Amino acid sequence: MTRVATLLLLASLVAALAACGERPQVVNYKQGTYQGKRDTPPYQNPPFNGDKAAWERALATRAQAQNEYKRTH
Amino acid sequence: MARMKFLCDAERCIECNGCVTACKQEHDIPWGVNRRRVVTINDGVPGERSMSVACMHCSDAPCMAVCPVDCFYHTEEGVVLHDKDLCIGCGYCFYACPFGAPQFPQLGAFGVRGKMDKCTFCAGGPEKDNSPEEFAKYGRNRLAEGKLPACAEMCSTKALLAGDGEVISDIYRDRVTMRAARGTRSGPPWGWDTAYAPAASAPHPPAAAPAPAPAPAVPAGKS
Repeated sequence: MTRVATLLLLASLVAALAACGERPQVVNYKQGTYQGKRDTPPYQNPPFNGDKAAWERALATRAQAQNEYKRTH
Repeated sequence: MARMKFLCDAERCIECNGCVTACKQEHDIPWGVNRRRVVTINDGVPGERSMSVACMHCSDAPCMAVCPVDCFYHTEEGVVLHDKDLCIGCGYCFYACPFGAPQFPQLGAFGVRGKMDKCTFCAGGPEKDNSPEEFAKYGRNRLAEGKLPACAEMCSTKALLAGDGEVISDIYRDRVTMRAARGTRSGPPWGWDTAYAPAASAPHPPAAAPAPAPAPAVPAGKS
């Protein structure tokens, strides 16, 4: 009985150690390539939800609002 | 996809600093950091020119080339952004940038460099779009809302244009064509007529000033 308990204790200790996996604490630099987090395209999230064409239309409309000759003449 | 660019019309910039204020307000930028500023050449001299300057989002960005930790990246739209979690605040990008765009917040009384901050073309950074984390690190993400940068949209004289490089080139070309077609009235090569072109109905050249009335003739025989 004592032997089984000891084996169980050892097994649980080994299992507990498995949680202490070694993660890299520093960035592994690759010269000349971006090392940071990935970014999502600006049309990926609300309000456009992936509709790239709608996003481009919205920006085109905004851009033309900068042309006052088109607006006043 | 288009490449996003800024274009500043030096004939129109009136050095109001509205773009600087809009930028600071939009992104809640701390004291001492100016993502955008207005530079004036020959300040105070007739014919001075002003130009609003920030990160120009270079296609071959020198900041990106010199960064020792490679924290810069180009978005699909050609905007140069960086990951602040990776930045070590070394300042190499500041030395490399011909526009002085990278800014370093002073975190302490001894001038300790913080992580680099710069114009994001109102496109945030590599955090979830419009999340509190993105706002805290990079400011508002107007591009993800379908809007152009606040500085350009707030520009009162529309000197500062932002957007797809081809579109804003067309807008500027319209302006130059209009100026050339209408010519300029006599006067210095700056001012309203140069910036906006004279009105189509304005006389060209201006009407001559009325001749002064002739002096009354002195009657003969009286002296």
